[in-house]
Amino acid sequence: MSKVFIGGAAGFAGDRSDAGVPLVRALAQCDGPRFLMYETLAERTLALCQVDRRQDPGKGYSAALERLLTPVLRLCHEAGVRIVGNFGAANPSAAAKKIATIARGLGLPIPRIAIVEGDELALSSAELALREIGGTLLSREQSVISANAYIGAQPIAEALDRGADIVVTGRVADSALALGPLVHAFKWNLRDLDRLAAGTLAGHLLECGSQVTGGYFADPGVKDVPGLAEVGYPIAEIEEVGDLVVTKPADTGGRVDRLTVIEQLLYEIHDPASYFAPDVVLDLNNVEVREVDVDRVRVTGARGKAAPETLKATVCIDAGMLGEAEISYAGINAMKRAALAADIVRERLSRRAPKLELRIDAIGALSILGTTGNTDWSSWETEDVRLRFSAQSHDSDLVELMLNEVEALYCAGPAGGAGVRRRKLPRLASASCLVERHHVKPRVSFLEDAS
Amino acid sequence: MKMRLRDIANARSGDKGNRLNIALVCHDAAHYETVAEQVTAERVAGAFAARKPSRVVRYDLPRLAAFNFVLDDVLEGGVNASLGLDGHGKSLSFLLLAMEIDVPASSNTNN
Repeated sequence: MSKVFIGGAAGFAGDRSDAGVPLVRALAQCDGPRFLMYETLAERTLALCQVDRRQDPGKGYSAALERLLTPVLRLCHEAGVRIVGNFGAANPSAAAKKIATIARGLGLPIPRIAIVEGDELALSSAELALREIGGTLLSREQSVISANAYIGAQPIAEALDRGADIVVTGRVADSALALGPLVHAFKWNLRDLDRLAAGTLAGHLLECGSQVTGGYFADPGVKDVPGLAEVGYPIAEIEEVGDLVVTKPADTGGRVDRLTVIEQLLYEIHDPASYFAPDVVLDLNNVEVREVDVDRVRVTGARGKAAPETLKATVCIDAGMLGEAEISYAGINAMKRAALAADIVRERLSRRAPKLELRIDAIGALSILGTTGNTDWSSWETEDVRLRFSAQSHDSDLVELMLNEVEALYCAGPAGGAGVRRRKLPRLASASCLVERHHVKPRVSFLEDAS
Repeated sequence: MKMRLRDIANARSGDKGNRLNIALVCHDAAHYETVAEQVTAERVAGAFAARKPSRVVRYDLPRLAAFNFVLDDVLEGGVNASLGLDGHGKSLSFLLLAMEIDVPASSNTNN
């Protein structure tokens, strides 16, 4: 076998559902083991799914599952492309059942679906608090909603070894979604650190979908990207020694070159000598990135150091409700009217909800750069500004009060206030922990064994 | 000549909790030394002073003609705690790209 081909079809749960189709068509033309990988779990996503599962034991998988998989299941079946995704979220076995239902609805044979579990931690909040990295959130807050360790590639490789067409996981290291198929296809030894590092790098380059092929890159006039509206998602062609080429399907938009690849290579990295994954610590210092053809970039030189003794876990806790309300002021003297509106809401809430922490931004003037809620807008002369008020509290009534105060500006505030929008939604806070490996016991099962 | 970083480099930011990283990649490897001399961790800390970083570290990647800046405690607690609009800090790469640098004519191979 010469190469393994992995397509990165989703970088988050909100990613495009049609991105997978050109990938599977391109993978169908490749000679070698082929996989499609879906990364859909941001830090909070799993906690939101855990809330769903508590309300309905048949739910708790990624809400994007059906939307993402429906367009590709038939193509993958026909082309022999196997799928690995963490869309199982808080309930991988329910996700497996759902995939079987989708396949049945499409008139396809039921695929062999593997379920990877064991990321959920059975530790108490006090035990988790002892393991929190650099914070005190967990010792102050006791209402843990979800606690999941990032597990590695081994159970994914095992599932594929046992013949899975589709592997459904909950929380795993994003990069393990690629490393697992590589360990399986190349029979890599789990002590071969440089190969594990290379596979982790492959996963890191693929895990954000089009962020390596021209997505999240364009700056018109400086960094232009052709055909961004139909940007192609990435394919990594990996050799047995771990060297790889990043490319994308022909006839898609986007670009793959040194700059797009390096931006993603360093995305969410801290010390490039030590990128921690469950199976290996990846050292990027000797990595070389070379354009070898149009939209083909070769990446070599990943080095591995021994895996960390502990596993990282994300713990999500209930942080009450978040409220956001907005109102616009436009035309002559807009900024001064907006400032008056802000003062009115601030003054009324200081009497009626003195403990509520309120943040006010002036969108169009000062809302992001150089600010942590700075409300000195005196130097701004914009004639089109949108005020945004936000507050968070465990007392939902206080948040509601804030929203009402903003809405009341319609009649009782400065002249010309317009376009109020308001929303209130549950807020989750998250903390990171390091847990000893014996608390985490990954396990693989198959949907057909359950039924 | 005076330029902005945006003219000779790209940047992308990412978050983990309350920590921000910004990768800065030179369009042309010939500019690597110039950027290394002028875009120091101290200077980046100054550019982000409004967000009060507790620590700024620059990692150098000469083989990639790139740098990785790691800024601690600049995301208002992070995306799950901040009341601001950009709790991820995704837009903040452009704050770095606005930085002015003095590019010697000899290294300015693009023009």
